[in-house]
Amino acid sequence: MRRLAGFYILAAGVALLPVFFPDNYFITVVGVTAGIHVILAVSLNLLMGYAGQISLGHAAFFGIGAYTSAILSARYGWNPWLAMLTGLLLTGVIAYFIARPILRLKGHYLAMATLGFGIIINIVLVQNGQLTGGPDGLGDIPSLTIFGWEVDSDLHWYGVIGVAMLAVIWLSLNIIDSRSGRALRALHGSEVAAEMMGINTTTTKTGVFVLAALIASFAGSLFSHQQGFVSPGSFSFFFSIELVTMVVLGGMASTYGAVFGAIVLTFLPELLVVFEDYEVMIFGAILMLTMIFLPQGIFVGLRNLAYKLRKKNATPDSIAGKEQNRGTA
Amino acid sequence: MNIRKTMTALAVSTLMSLTAAQALAADTIKVGSFLAVTGGASFLGDTELKTLQMYVDEVNAKGGIDGMQVELIHYDTGGDSKKAVNFAKRLIKKDQVDVIVGGSTSGTSMAVIDEVESEGIPFISLAGSVKIVEPVKKWVFKVPHTDRMAAGKIFEDMKKRGISKVALISGDGGFGKSGRGETLALAPEYGIEIVADESYGAKDTDMTAQLTKIRDTDAQAVLNFGFGTGPAIVTKNVRQLGITIPLYQSHGVASKKYIELAGDSAEGVRLPAAALLVADKLADADPQKPVLVAYQTKYEAAHGAVSTFGGHAFDGLYIALEAIDRANSTDKAKVRDEIEKTTNFIGTGGIFNMSATDHLGLGLDAFKMLEIKNGDWTLVE
Amino acid sequence: MWDQILQFLITGVTVGATYALVALGFAIIYNASDVVNFAQGEFVMIGAMTAIALSAGDGGLPLPLALIGAVLITIAVGILLQRFAIAPARGASVVTTIIITIGASIFLRGVALLVWGKDIFAMPHFSGEIPLHIGNATLLPQNLWVMGGAALLVMGVHYFFNHTIIGKAILACSCNRTAAHLVGINVGLMMLVAYGLSAFLGAMAGILVAPITFTSYDAGVMLGLKGFSAAILGGMGNPMGAVAGGLALGLIESLAAGLISSGYKDAIGFIILLLVLFIRPSGMFGKVSAERV
Repeated sequence: MRRLAGFYILAAGVALLPVFFPDNYFITVVGVTAGIHVILAVSLNLLMGYAGQISLGHAAFFGIGAYTSAILSARYGWNPWLAMLTGLLLTGVIAYFIARPILRLKGHYLAMATLGFGIIINIVLVQNGQLTGGPDGLGDIPSLTIFGWEVDSDLHWYGVIGVAMLAVIWLSLNIIDSRSGRALRALHGSEVAAEMMGINTTTTKTGVFVLAALIASFAGSLFSHQQGFVSPGSFSFFFSIELVTMVVLGGMASTYGAVFGAIVLTFLPELLVVFEDYEVMIFGAILMLTMIFLPQGIFVGLRNLAYKLRKKNATPDSIAGKEQNRGTA
Repeated sequence: MNIRKTMTALAVSTLMSLTAAQALAADTIKVGSFLAVTGGASFLGDTELKTLQMYVDEVNAKGGIDGMQVELIHYDTGGDSKKAVNFAKRLIKKDQVDVIVGGSTSGTSMAVIDEVESEGIPFISLAGSVKIVEPVKKWVFKVPHTDRMAAGKIFEDMKKRGISKVALISGDGGFGKSGRGETLALAPEYGIEIVADESYGAKDTDMTAQLTKIRDTDAQAVLNFGFGTGPAIVTKNVRQLGITIPLYQSHGVASKKYIELAGDSAEGVRLPAAALLVADKLADADPQKPVLVAYQTKYEAAHGAVSTFGGHAFDGLYIALEAIDRANSTDKAKVRDEIEKTTNFIGTGGIFNMSATDHLGLGLDAFKMLEIKNGDWTLVE
Repeated sequence: MWDQILQFLITGVTVGATYALVALGFAIIYNASDVVNFAQGEFVMIGAMTAIALSAGDGGLPLPLALIGAVLITIAVGILLQRFAIAPARGASVVTTIIITIGASIFLRGVALLVWGKDIFAMPHFSGEIPLHIGNATLLPQNLWVMGGAALLVMGVHYFFNHTIIGKAILACSCNRTAAHLVGINVGLMMLVAYGLSAFLGAMAGILVAPITFTSYDAGVMLGLKGFSAAILGGMGNPMGAVAGGLALGLIESLAAGLISSGYKDAIGFIILLLVLFIRPSGMFGKVSAERV
């Protein structure tokens, strides 16, 4: 119960916000975008934060899901749910086949390989105009229908994305605490050591890679129906880097850190628009300064600081150790 | 006692300022806009925004529309369609604008169509693709010439010169891709054969590989669809490789910047463009001339050389404001109907005649065929 | 056919030389500090933009002076980056430093946007624009400047690291920081030198290619990406590998555009890069690393 206390608080917050602000732009419009970003960041955090495998190509899976849904439902009139399922299948197959060769790589080589994969997918989206609509994008994507209830307003979408987001967060929290979660964290510490302990590192890494890809694909399908429009620019390597930034800014290896990072990075540009030409510079400066002064990320950094203040005697190391033992995320 | 007095005064003044704010809200026309002011298409959005700001100020200085002041609310999309959708929602829901004039790129314009259609708000797009208004959507209009018109105008000119085999090279951004599609689709109608179909990336720095292939075909002309640095590099590479057949560019390069970047290599290049670029060279009887010269003078006094892109923002803004003026209200449905009834509006892009079946209202004659001579635009007769 | 191939090769080597210089900058910083500097492309942009700004207008400096000024300014930016963004974050994880350099690159781009606006700028060619002919293939004098300049710089860097005391000291820092410190090397200073050198290479690359490619405040993004790809292709941490990677990537793109498909040339480049990594997980010339437990 205590383990999931943070989760219940978050869920209550998500449920209550629209009660107080039913038609507030920042809640029902930016909030929906933030929710999709949270799903993506949490899935990427499984891969990066826990398994220690950096990916600069996560937007590609988001794009595969979004485009499969868009093409099948808008061009061929498929049922959106069937299209979503097909997207998941396609993503799963692609992720599974590239996982092995890619995950053999380490560090910057892995970063490069995932980056390259993301760019290749993006080029395919741009170049196959007759199917994808090319750089101008593809529109007229129908909305979702849940048991006859059509999701057709911003508030409805807030509900759908909110539920999906909470489900993904819940899943992530539970995976971390499961046997596979411990295997993952062992992997992050040291792969060789993990292998010595009898963990099949290849299977574990492949598993988490495919899972992260599937969640991203799911988010992509939701995004595509929510926006009603997709274009390759939304799935470029810039967005992959933005996702990594969300995870790191919030704090790696913490589900709530990823949630926090995603929310901050979604709202920040909305607030910075008033600075117009200064926006780019200020955004860069904030990013740089945050990481210099809170290298573990805002959420994790501040949490550790809070621990430190509460138990003045405890050293940061022992806190980190305790946290791992407790297995909270 | 004192305190009570102050409190009363405070309450009264608050009340007054509240009613004042309400009165103000009723008396302003809110024009919303989302443009690609930064990013790869910034040379579109930047000049569009400057134009909008300049003319909103001018309208207000002259007393507004029917005594109502015009307020411009703008967001920068950076050319990202995802941001465009959210900003369109922000304009409609949060800022409650009366009309939207914006969408520098076709991608960002296409992205918001769903939203403006379901919310029912007039939207005048500043982007090129013909798909924005074809098929006709109830609330969506656009003012720039389409890429199909550009391809048509170019083919017309080619036929006059007896050219029937054309090598195509296009950028892989939205503009280039869309132009390429229209070119390929339209070529058979004019009896033109496309003998090469090459492309390049928006940030590519050298196109000699693609052009070497083109050099070895039997093409009689090269046609380049793209914007930004790409067309300037293509132009330079064409000369470097000693390709002597005519080079055609699209309306995507219709700004002095292109001539400045390509330098001597731009000599003899032909392109279709709005009359704005050759305002001073038009016959005095031309009905567009006064509008063009006025825009050019005003823009250049403040910001430097004009491009046709800023002109689109001028056209869009005035079509919207004149419609509101005619409708005598900001009621969205009435304004929409009045926009659709726009006739004989003399803009920078041409003379607009919109209708229920044509939400652009420009013909092929709105384009002029230009040739670059001695570092300046000249009209081809 | 062979004329075509010759033209593709000339194009490939010119583009590849630029990638090589950017990749070399990546490799030097990586060697010295284990940081992958995603702001490397911004050095290229700043070099070209300041050179153009300094030489512009009637009161502008003559081109050679403007170039020297641009190089010095870029070096200063590189040193400031190390001193105020990288050094304070010592000991942070690899991913954290990546985000810091990404933040730095966005910041620098933002500053360039404010200073120079969004316009595209051209720089005059150093020795005119009359093409030279080799058979049926042509090249501009500026292509020779790029190739020759890059070759000289690469040789200079090679000499610096193998035959000068400062170069060797930087290498010592990259092997073992503590040991380097213990034998009396000023590690902090060496870091500044490495970042300055890297910025110098970036600025030179920007200045050499700007007459051909033009430049704008966001011109560094793509070059940074390609440079990083080239450094990885060659094997991170091997400066000469980075150069080979740059040339290889330039040639692949040009040949792919000419012989296969110009729309997919970048995709082909990345596919080959992936295949190389699948066969040799540490790039063409990278050292195979063993993980310590």
